[in-house]
Amino acid sequence: MSELKLKDLYDGFRDPATIRMLSAQIGEAAKALHEPLRIMEVCGGHTHTIMKYGLPQLLPDNIDFIHGPGCPVCIMPKERIDHAIALARMDDTILVTLGDMIRVPGSQSSLAVERAAGRDIRPLYTPMDALKIAKEHPDKRVIFFAIGFETTTPMTAALLHAAIAQKVTNLYFHINHVLVPPAIDAIMSDGRAKINAFIGPSHVSVITGAKIYAPLPEKYGTPVVVCGFEPVDVMQGILMAVRQQAEGRAELEIEYSRSVTMEGNVKAQQLIDTYLRARSHFRWRGIGDIPDSALELKPEFAHLDAEKVFAEVLPTEPIDDHKLCICGTILKGLAKPMECKVFGTACTPNTPLGSCMVSSEGACNAYYRYAGVLG
Amino acid sequence: MCLSIPSKVVSVDREKNTAVVDTMGVKREAGLDLMEEGSVNVDDYVLIHIGFVMNKIDEEDALESLKVYHEILAKMDEEERSRVVLEDDNCENRGTP
Repeated sequence: MSELKLKDLYDGFRDPATIRMLSAQIGEAAKALHEPLRIMEVCGGHTHTIMKYGLPQLLPDNIDFIHGPGCPVCIMPKERIDHAIALARMDDTILVTLGDMIRVPGSQSSLAVERAAGRDIRPLYTPMDALKIAKEHPDKRVIFFAIGFETTTPMTAALLHAAIAQKVTNLYFHINHVLVPPAIDAIMSDGRAKINAFIGPSHVSVITGAKIYAPLPEKYGTPVVVCGFEPVDVMQGILMAVRQQAEGRAELEIEYSRSVTMEGNVKAQQLIDTYLRARSHFRWRGIGDIPDSALELKPEFAHLDAEKVFAEVLPTEPIDDHKLCICGTILKGLAKPMECKVFGTACTPNTPLGSCMVSSEGACNAYYRYAGVLG
Repeated sequence: MCLSIPSKVVSVDREKNTAVVDTMGVKREAGLDLMEEGSVNVDDYVLIHIGFVMNKIDEEDALESLKVYHEILAKMDEEERSRVVLEDDNCENRGTP
């Protein structure tokens, strides 16, 4: 291979022979483990890859995956979805958001149900389309319901930046951006999940830099490997974590060095710092309140903040999940989807009772779709 | 939400601050708002996420990873082959039906 081709980037990191080879190496390295490796993949993107490619089948019995809370749709509490619904029900309003959010059930309804009832709710491929919609409909309010971890936050900031620069005044923001490190801290301080290694999401680190995970090895004595989303990346990341554990090391390592640096994308970080700040409290679905775990618009942009401008229509009561849904327990790494009474019966991707079944990045959804793969 | 596939930059529009990229044969436009001016050029490999270029992919690093995998595979194949040969040499049932 003298030069890289796009095909290498697709196929090279999905090559079955390479995956098998890594599986053999992990099996060999895992013989030296003194205790089982309970590895949390923090990100729903990793959960998806792990299940889609049947990676658990390729690992020895002393390695177990704990599926983490890194699915922005899954951790969205019902009261925030009710916010989106309340905003969409206002006259002369177009509510726009990223696709996955549309189907998530709130306390009484979902955006999909509201759209079927005639509300103007539009899924976006890119946040920038919100600007186009706002310009096309100057007589309407366009509200961008912004979701996602650190990966999608700079795109929201870029949209805000463009709206201000282009003097678009009918575009508002409802910010639900959340942060990975406080969620990991919340799960680890709970102490019940017995996690002793992490694979960290690479795309978050593309923006923030791997430095955000630096405190974890020190605080919890766990290896942390930042790795990509291709199956070869995940297997290589697991191998690195196994070797660390077997050798008694707890360090931050980067598997995905083709795109992740320690510093991250500085321009994206500056954009975020210009428009957003830490929110003192945010309730995570299934986990509860985590201080400083989310972002909000800075006070100087209050006139664009849908939570401030339309406060009178927004419900304020926290709403808990369906009694039978154990999504919260799953998000904390304390249960597997199959342990849920309604998994695959009352709760399926077509009729999701809980948020872990709604998004393709949710643990329940991934288990349901790829259960056949795992036998 | 998080998955993004590597793409190759086909053209750059400095005026609009966008690039046209090729993702698995599909051409689409992506914003360059998160990238330093002039840092993204034709033939670069980039990561796209919800319509924006997030970062460039380090070609050398990607090649290096792939090369290492290929080398280990080749070595394993060799080991595999020699093990089969040795096992065959030590086969107690050689020549018996």
